[in-house]
Amino acid sequence: MDFKEGDLKYSQLKQGDLLLDRYEIQEIVGMGGMGAVYRARDKNFKAIRLVAIKEMISQVTDPIVRKNIFQIFEREANILATLRHPAIPRIYDYFAIGERAYLVLEFIHGKNLEQLLSETQSFFPEEQVLSWAVELCDVLDYLHAHKPEPIIFRDVKPSNIMNTLQNHVALVDFGIAKVFESGQRNTMVGTQGYSPPDQYRGEATPKVDIYALGATLHHLLTLRDPQLEAPFSFGERLISEINPNVSKEFSAVVERALEYKPEDRYESASEMKEALINVARKTGTLLHLSIPSAQPTTRGVGVKPLWSFECEDELRGSPNYHEGTLFIGCYDNNLYALDASNGQFRWKYPTDGGIPGKPAILEGNVYFGSEDKRLHVVSAISGKVIWTYYTEGPVRSSPRIAEGHVFIGSDDGYLHAVSTNNGRLSWKAEAGSPVRSTPFVSDEYVYFGSEAGDFTCVDFRGDPRWRYKAKRAITSSPILADGAVYFGSMDSTLYALDANSGWVVWRFRLGKGSISTPAIQNNFLYTGAADHIIYCIDTRSAKEMWRYTTDHQVTGSPIVHRDAIYCGSVDGGFYCLGAASGRLRWRFQTGKPITGTPVAHEDMIFIGSTDKRVYAFLA
Amino acid sequence: MKKFLKRFRRKKSKSKADKQGTAATAPLLDEAQVWDFVGSQRGAKFNHLVAASALDLGQRRENNEDALLCLSGVLDTTSNSQPLGIYIVADGMGGHRNGEIASETAVRTVGNHLISKLYKPLFGPEPRPTNESLREIMESAVDQAHKAVRKAAPGGGCTLTAALVVGTQLVIAHLGDSRAYAITRDGRIEALTKDHSLVKRLQEMGQLTGEEAATHPQKSVLYRALGQGDTAQADIFNSSLPNPGFLLICSDGLWGVVNEDDIQRIVNATSSPFLACHHLVEAANAAGGPDNISVVLVRLVN
Ligand SMILES: Nc1ncnc2c1ncn2[C@@H]1O[C@H](COP(=O)(O)OP(=O)(O)OP(=O)(O)O)[C@@H](O)[C@H]1O
Ligand SMILES: [Mg+2]
Repeated sequence: MDFKEGDLKYSQLKQGDLLLDRYEIQEIVGMGGMGAVYRARDKNFKAIRLVAIKEMISQVTDPIVRKNIFQIFEREANILATLRHPAIPRIYDYFAIGERAYLVLEFIHGKNLEQLLSETQSFFPEEQVLSWAVELCDVLDYLHAHKPEPIIFRDVKPSNIMNTLQNHVALVDFGIAKVFESGQRNTMVGTQGYSPPDQYRGEATPKVDIYALGATLHHLLTLRDPQLEAPFSFGERLISEINPNVSKEFSAVVERALEYKPEDRYESASEMKEALINVARKTGTLLHLSIPSAQPTTRGVGVKPLWSFECEDELRGSPNYHEGTLFIGCYDNNLYALDASNGQFRWKYPTDGGIPGKPAILEGNVYFGSEDKRLHVVSAISGKVIWTYYTEGPVRSSPRIAEGHVFIGSDDGYLHAVSTNNGRLSWKAEAGSPVRSTPFVSDEYVYFGSEAGDFTCVDFRGDPRWRYKAKRAITSSPILADGAVYFGSMDSTLYALDANSGWVVWRFRLGKGSISTPAIQNNFLYTGAADHIIYCIDTRSAKEMWRYTTDHQVTGSPIVHRDAIYCGSVDGGFYCLGAASGRLRWRFQTGKPITGTPVAHEDMIFIGSTDKRVYAFLA
Repeated sequence: MKKFLKRFRRKKSKSKADKQGTAATAPLLDEAQVWDFVGSQRGAKFNHLVAASALDLGQRRENNEDALLCLSGVLDTTSNSQPLGIYIVADGMGGHRNGEIASETAVRTVGNHLISKLYKPLFGPEPRPTNESLREIMESAVDQAHKAVRKAAPGGGCTLTAALVVGTQLVIAHLGDSRAYAITRDGRIEALTKDHSLVKRLQEMGQLTGEEAATHPQKSVLYRALGQGDTAQADIFNSSLPNPGFLLICSDGLWGVVNEDDIQRIVNATSSPFLACHHLVEAANAAGGPDNISVVLVRLVN
């Protein structure tokens, strides 16, 4: 099919379309602001010769302005035609049909860096990014040295850089399209995130390209897309904080290219290239003598518990604090009461099963469930039994007390509401499968998850209001904040549901399933997952703020205390992380996995470990 | 309850008739107050969104490049009272009518997508969309609108501030420099959105003074807009509806000339969103009305 002028509406060319009776379109390989880029076959050659055809559609309707634009386009195409550099595709031809202009370019086999970024699962090796960086400096230096006028690329960013099959890089998209965009008010200039402030002032100097290269390298090293961040905010995302594997020398070069003031950046691309080669010499990467960079150092190795207390079996549950006493259940079937200040034994109360949950305390009484199927209530002072309540299955959920009732789940498939006065059942709500999550009680409703993945909201009469079905078990306990309930599931998702209707507000993908209960403070949610990670997520935007990777599953739950996160891991470590940064403050190694949740009281933090010990630390 | 509704209708038509004479005398009992009254009388659990909007050319522009959508509903059953609302403001930019085409396309596309994703499941057996979150629905709405704008108005673009209300949850998608505000009954006003304005950003960084910013030649340059760039980089976030209070969405035709405190005072002076919208437009026009003015005001009555 041939093209006549009238045919050219704003539609894309299709496979088999023929331009100038010569270029046969095969497929679209890229889409940009001004039109598409196609792979085409040049039929002038018998042998198969592939070309890239870049299409630019002018929006300007005024004929005089349009003519001017095409003249500029022509002039620029002619400059490009004189360029010779291995990292610049050759220009073979250009022509216009109606309001469309076409460039015929050397076809580059490979992917652009934006595609590589979206595919990668992990950080790119430093030496890889370093060798791309050196090549990019080289081609920028070539352009900037162009006579009589330097050529400023103006739009360095991952989507304009191709990675060839030989693992070299090439610059595509010579801003030639820019002449097509003139004459509009209010539109953007450059590519937000990669362009420096001086470019917004209308300056086009080599420093503009150096900054954008810095931004691109920053993106490649940290995998944080600057387009998603506030402009010029690289100073708030230091490379070393996000990717500790990057040498400080390389980070320093990138960060200098990203200086806010043009005069603080490298003078030229060649100066930056020198600096990069020096980095390669120092770190040995160019000689492939690459030494794996040091693992993040474990600080605070000297942290010692204030006291510890040994029970007779594993502690899988969580302690609670009340008026100077620490209560914790153990798999030796006892509930222990310890003096919180020094860990001295006060009393223990025996049940007939392991105690997995966290005790609740109300008016001098301690409430807790046991695998002996009972909810037990004992005096906090003496450890004497007040009453017990039987369910039909082991109790692994922890009690919540509100409105004169204890709410607790059981493996019998029910949530039980039991009067605190006399231990009598008021009602039970059917879940259909074991309820191991701890219910959350708001001023109107009770929320809980079940092992079959049902999440249920009931009112204070036990009548269901709504139900949401996750794909796998919900063992994690819900937490309510600002009208939304949050919980994790074994289906590797963290959920935020509208507390009133159960509509899903957002979902966050975790690396693996989670039974950890989220903690929330100031719109930040902290939780752990079986992928070894402690996550910090902004509850408003559902974006990950930071993550900290431990050496094993995180099945316990984090707590926020002051400006820190405390959390145990199955690797046996007890971690203290900065709440804002996620950086490790200290870590204490216990003898066995930690599966419970810590509790804080003023300056003290308490945690149990399956090494049979309860530990107390200074916060 | 019918009685109150009747009363509310009569009141409204009367105030319309009054309009030529004295511009804005508040009715004795406006519609929002009626709802309040009904709610408290019966002591019942009661949720309703009362919303109003206004779009005005302003004093200096000959064409309108703003567009808005204001849609409220409620599904009330024995087990649940579920208010739902969709509120959108878009402010177009780009020459050759591209601005108005962009904003209209944006509002229509986002509206269409949200309605088909949210309203339809309400009438099914499970009154809630099961496989997509509100955030995902909002993301795909913005995505579609971005594509539609690029197609319908190549080179043009628009701001977009779209709010979805489900129960007390509020999900907002935002690009550009229209704004969403939370206004509480006790006189606080807080911008929920951040302008994607370059000059504003430079000012935040201490590179420009407030004065320099106000007179900067690139004052209206946005670093993000719908229809601009390869993908739409909208801020999408959730929050809860101010209660008791208002959600206000407006274009820079309002916030650019009427300061936040005055906006808050005008809104809080009446419990009727209809009247408040009218007064906000009047205030913007009294301040010169340099640009098109769009306002959408929402209140949860319960
Ligand atoms: N010569 C080429 N060979 C192979 N693929 C190419 C070539 N040029 C461009 N591409 C592909 O097409 C995509 C878009 O190309 P390009 O950046 O030149 O256009 P654009 O983005 O439309 O321009 P602009 O950024 O000015 O709007 C590139 O990211 C790349 O994947
Ligand atoms: Mg491009």
